[in-house]
Amino acid sequence: MKLEKLKAWLRQASFYAEEAYNSPYRSAIARAKREQDDLFMLLIFSEMMGVPNPASYYTLELQPLLMERFHDWHTRMGMEHSPLDNIKCC
Amino acid sequence: MNAIFLMLMGLGAMALGYFVYSKFICEKIFKVDPHFRTPAHELQDGIDYVPTNKYILWGHHFTSVAGAAPIIGPAIAVIWGWVPAFLWVVFGTIFFAGVHDAGAIWASARNKAKSIGSLTGDIVGNRARSIFMIVIFLVLLMVNAVFAVVIAGQLINFPSATIPVWGAIVVALIIGQLIYRKIIGLLMVTIIGVVALYAMIYAGPMLPLSLPDSIAGFSARQSWIVILFAYAAIASLLPVWMLLQPRDYINGIQLFIGLILMYGAVLISGPELVAPAFNTNLPENTPSMIPLLFVTIACGAISGFHGLVSSGTTSKQLDKEPDVRFVGYFGAVGEGSLALAAIIAATAGFATLADWQAIYHSFGQGGVSAFINGGANILQQGVGLDTVLAQTLLTVMVVLFAGTTMDTGLRLQRYIFQEWGHIYNIGWMQKAAPATLLAVGSCLLLAFGAGGDGAGGMLIWPLFGTTNQLLAGLTLLVITVMLVKKRRPMWYTLAPLIFLLVMTTLALLTQLKSFYDKGDWFLFTLDLVVLAAAILVSLECSATLTKQIKANKNTPVTDKS
Repeated sequence: MKLEKLKAWLRQASFYAEEAYNSPYRSAIARAKREQDDLFMLLIFSEMMGVPNPASYYTLELQPLLMERFHDWHTRMGMEHSPLDNIKCC
Repeated sequence: MNAIFLMLMGLGAMALGYFVYSKFICEKIFKVDPHFRTPAHELQDGIDYVPTNKYILWGHHFTSVAGAAPIIGPAIAVIWGWVPAFLWVVFGTIFFAGVHDAGAIWASARNKAKSIGSLTGDIVGNRARSIFMIVIFLVLLMVNAVFAVVIAGQLINFPSATIPVWGAIVVALIIGQLIYRKIIGLLMVTIIGVVALYAMIYAGPMLPLSLPDSIAGFSARQSWIVILFAYAAIASLLPVWMLLQPRDYINGIQLFIGLILMYGAVLISGPELVAPAFNTNLPENTPSMIPLLFVTIACGAISGFHGLVSSGTTSKQLDKEPDVRFVGYFGAVGEGSLALAAIIAATAGFATLADWQAIYHSFGQGGVSAFINGGANILQQGVGLDTVLAQTLLTVMVVLFAGTTMDTGLRLQRYIFQEWGHIYNIGWMQKAAPATLLAVGSCLLLAFGAGGDGAGGMLIWPLFGTTNQLLAGLTLLVITVMLVKKRRPMWYTLAPLIFLLVMTTLALLTQLKSFYDKGDWFLFTLDLVVLAAAILVSLECSATLTKQIKANKNTPVTDKS
């Protein structure tokens, strides 16, 4: 019983500690991650913009997986519809 | 008088302010509504807008606003005696800072969690917004320059702190990696980090380290300032998780440990206040207490910087609207209690009045060193820590606070330069590295321009206070206009606003004269710039309020919210 209580208390404490550690910087880190993701997406879609990509055989497979993120990206950039002719995402 | 009385009186009054006055302000004036859908819920995205537990939000808010400034200001201001500093900190916290901080969160939460800067644009006007940008830039510039001077001074005064101060950065770097790569849990990392930090503080006095008197023609102080800015420039370019985040976390823990130790030691040892209640024997160059007291103590009584934290980040995480009282007002009370601790350390930590006068031999002296020396004596008597060890502990605390502020400040200054690069289409200025160099360059110019060897940097402390108060004034203006629009009583925010503007303008004029007399044209110009901003802010205030009051008279009452 006592051990249970102690464990619950520890869980609570580490929850508070993690929130205290993460909450102030959550947005800055998420933004940095988003920038990296955008760069990755640029690599995947590079052929469509006329940038030759030696790995296009592999990146082609990844394109469908990135559709949702692509939609997020163009709305975030202030474009209502996809700016690329060969991708009509919405 | 015994310091215990002062402590109990101060804490008691602030507690009363929290339980009575803040309840009145939040319920009757702001009319916070538990059913109001806060931006954290309305715009929830898991990144910026996250409803957060109010205790965590308070911790975050409090540790972001409390730093070195509420220690430095009061520690300088006790030169006029402990009564004026004490009264301004206590009443400032109750009637100014608490209302300002809670109000800023409330105003922002009611407007989709926009920052006070853009709220100024929306509610007051675009002209006010431009003034706002300039004032923010000046605040950042001054805070970076002053803090570099302060840190350099402490590293020279207390060489035992050199190793723990720089070692803390290494500890933070390691903690950052451990957490980011999820190598071990946070609780474990916290324990390791704190133990490592305190082990270094313990080892510090055995391995004191100081720079040689002269390096390539630079004095030790100048060299430290240059090293600090080089460090801050690099630190501000690193991703936040690498250094800033873990260091901020350690600082938060340090803040609580420091406060508990200080107040505990005062309670145990019960030192006498050796400094005079009102100092009648002022050193020659000391400026008049009114208005300078009100700009010397900015953070700790009221500080515009809090408005930036309140509206930029805190308001986006507010879970329920009534939480503004705990997060904003109680956050200000936390900062007030830090300022109170600084007052006690700088007035009760000395054996005799002569010792105290020897430290406060001219205006701008004393300050942090008085806090560290006095605080160390109290810790020695109360908890039995060795004096040198206690000095090292307090120095590390202050220096780490100031260092983190420099990192954040430089980062923000860089963003401003980058934004100017965008606005005026200057390609190179939009890049991070050149913008940082510009930021560092302007700060170095100020640090060295204020006094040949960098020692005169403390001269700008009151100027920093004035810009900080102007910022607070703009925030109070936004809140007042909102209240007038809602046809609520406006005097609870308007009276502090008028008081601040009058004191700030008077202080600027006083300082202008003293810079003129000294022939210090660099600071004279800077003072003129701030004075122009102060006058513009005052004009903006009266114009906007008269317009709004007139508009209210011409329209029937409709707003019930």
